[in-house]
Amino acid sequence: MQVTVKLFATFRNGRFKVTSQELTEGTACRTIMLGLELTEEQIGVVLVNGRHAALDQGLHEGDTLALFPLVGGG
Amino acid sequence: MNKIIRINMNDLSTRIEDVPAAWAGLGGRGLTSTIVAAEVPPTCHALGPNNKLVFAPGLLTGTPAANSGRLSAGAKSPLTGTIKESNAGGTAAQMLARLGIKALIIEGIPAEDKWYSLHVSMDGVAIREESELVGKWNFAVIEAIEARLGKKTGILTIGPAGEMKMTAANISVKDPDSKIRSHGRGGLGAVMGSKKIKFISIDDQGAPKVPIADPEKFKTAARVFAKALMDHPVSGEGLPTYGTNVLVNILNEAGGLPTRNFTSGRFDGADKISGETMNETITARGGKVKHGCHAGCIIQCSQVYHDQQGKYVTSGFEYETIWGLGADCCIDNLDDIARADSLMDDIGIDSIETAVMFGVAMEAGILQWGDSREMLRILAEEIGRGTPLGRILGGGAGSVGKTYGVTRVPVVKNQGIPAYDPRSVKGIGITYATSTMGADHTAGYTIATNILNVGGYVDPLKKDGQVELSRNLQIATAAVDSTGMCIFIAFPALDIPECLPALIDMINARFGISLTGDDVTNLGKHILKVERQFNIEAGFSNIHDRLPEFFTTEKVAPHNAIWDFSGDEIDEFWNF
Repeated sequence: MQVTVKLFATFRNGRFKVTSQELTEGTACRTIMLGLELTEEQIGVVLVNGRHAALDQGLHEGDTLALFPLVGGG
Repeated sequence: MNKIIRINMNDLSTRIEDVPAAWAGLGGRGLTSTIVAAEVPPTCHALGPNNKLVFAPGLLTGTPAANSGRLSAGAKSPLTGTIKESNAGGTAAQMLARLGIKALIIEGIPAEDKWYSLHVSMDGVAIREESELVGKWNFAVIEAIEARLGKKTGILTIGPAGEMKMTAANISVKDPDSKIRSHGRGGLGAVMGSKKIKFISIDDQGAPKVPIADPEKFKTAARVFAKALMDHPVSGEGLPTYGTNVLVNILNEAGGLPTRNFTSGRFDGADKISGETMNETITARGGKVKHGCHAGCIIQCSQVYHDQQGKYVTSGFEYETIWGLGADCCIDNLDDIARADSLMDDIGIDSIETAVMFGVAMEAGILQWGDSREMLRILAEEIGRGTPLGRILGGGAGSVGKTYGVTRVPVVKNQGIPAYDPRSVKGIGITYATSTMGADHTAGYTIATNILNVGGYVDPLKKDGQVELSRNLQIATAAVDSTGMCIFIAFPALDIPECLPALIDMINARFGISLTGDDVTNLGKHILKVERQFNIEAGFSNIHDRLPEFFTTEKVAPHNAIWDFSGDEIDEFWNF
């Protein structure tokens, strides 16, 4: 399956803004996170198709995964 | 020595008073709202002689406590008709606190059609007739006052918007670099203009340090507090690196970034106006990525933004301004948004109300979507000069909506809804609906828990838990707004257990008292109830605690979310 991965804020440093990955159907968000050498402690927010998701959530064809460190403002 | 100073503009007299016992434990919002509720008739005209404009530093302002330099301004709002408190950084709060001034209360309206200034110093307040700076814009006012009275002078000023009593006018506060922070919301600049006060200058020479009852206890608590601010990823890393504008991308991804006057939750040009892009741009052009709005700020969410030639354009460039002129007006040019931000400071007009207004103005056809050149022209030549169109636009989103027959007007109690779509971030919708201030994201910032995973998580797209979340945050915020603290201390306070007790310890050490966490919560509840009672007596009821109709009939992409709270469900908010 094709999945779009987006990174934000400090996660972009030395990585990328957005990329497309070819993965096995049902691959968990956590697997992608680990592949990017990110740890669970660094993760602030995980969005799959704009909805908050757990790291264990499996992905499907066409999904967009967005990973953020803990950020805030207002 | 703490004192209250009353300035009576009816007869141009001033009076120094002792602090009544009932006000001794109050500061900031708690004090301005208490004074306004006690002394301003709720049904008065906000621009008439019976309204009062109150300034109060917070309980910890002037002490070495990190991030404690906020000033509250309060009055009846000419924009909303409700009670109003709006707080800002800048240098004025700490100077007033050192002068021992718990509150300045400005009353009445001068009999003669003349302009005045107030000069605050160790000698009290002097009222002086002013002619030279009348009609001048804010940056020129600050420059002239510094030339006249010295570089260190604290300044509160109104621009042409305030002089013309536009209901979106703000009060500008000089920051440590002689630039501007703002008491933005609710049209308090118009109240200052109605009292014919062009500016207030402050000289704290000879003022003693703010007394602290138990210095050792204070020092220990202050250290714990500062460490919590530095340790939390939001206040310690995210805000100083990307500013508040880091929110553009996350709200866009979550589908809560109001776009094209609240007709979509995502903006195609989001990345171009995002905090990440802003950080790169500032770095490449030699600006400053981090910057504090007052001495003692260790979060440093502000920044200094330069143009392509490396010349200063603006500072304190906030997410809500960038969202509003950006996504909501379909402008993806950060340089033009920065120019507009500077113009709004110079004119003295609220950048949130004005940004929401431009979205409605574009829908009305006054200018085209995305036309930043025309937006800049309108700011300078119509609003800045007070043409008839400029006065309609300077009245905010509600004013232009009414004048042009627009039905999609995002306001609550006539105040523009900022930066977070209440259909796809439902907790903030409860805050917009119920806040005593009209639509105000800072009143109970549920974005923390709905979107950012700070203070736990409540699903933004479901109704469950939103009323309770907003209630708890609004109570806590009312209390924090009384301490002089920046609201961003809430991020560590929600996640780090030592943070809030350290804040309370600092208050106890400052005054030699022994408040508990419950006392602070009760203070927050009390303030909200005092404010609500004022609003009820001004003619507001639960029927006004509602979002505009279009949120209940128009679904918003990408989640096809709708505002589906019943009136009864919203009214549960006040059960405390």
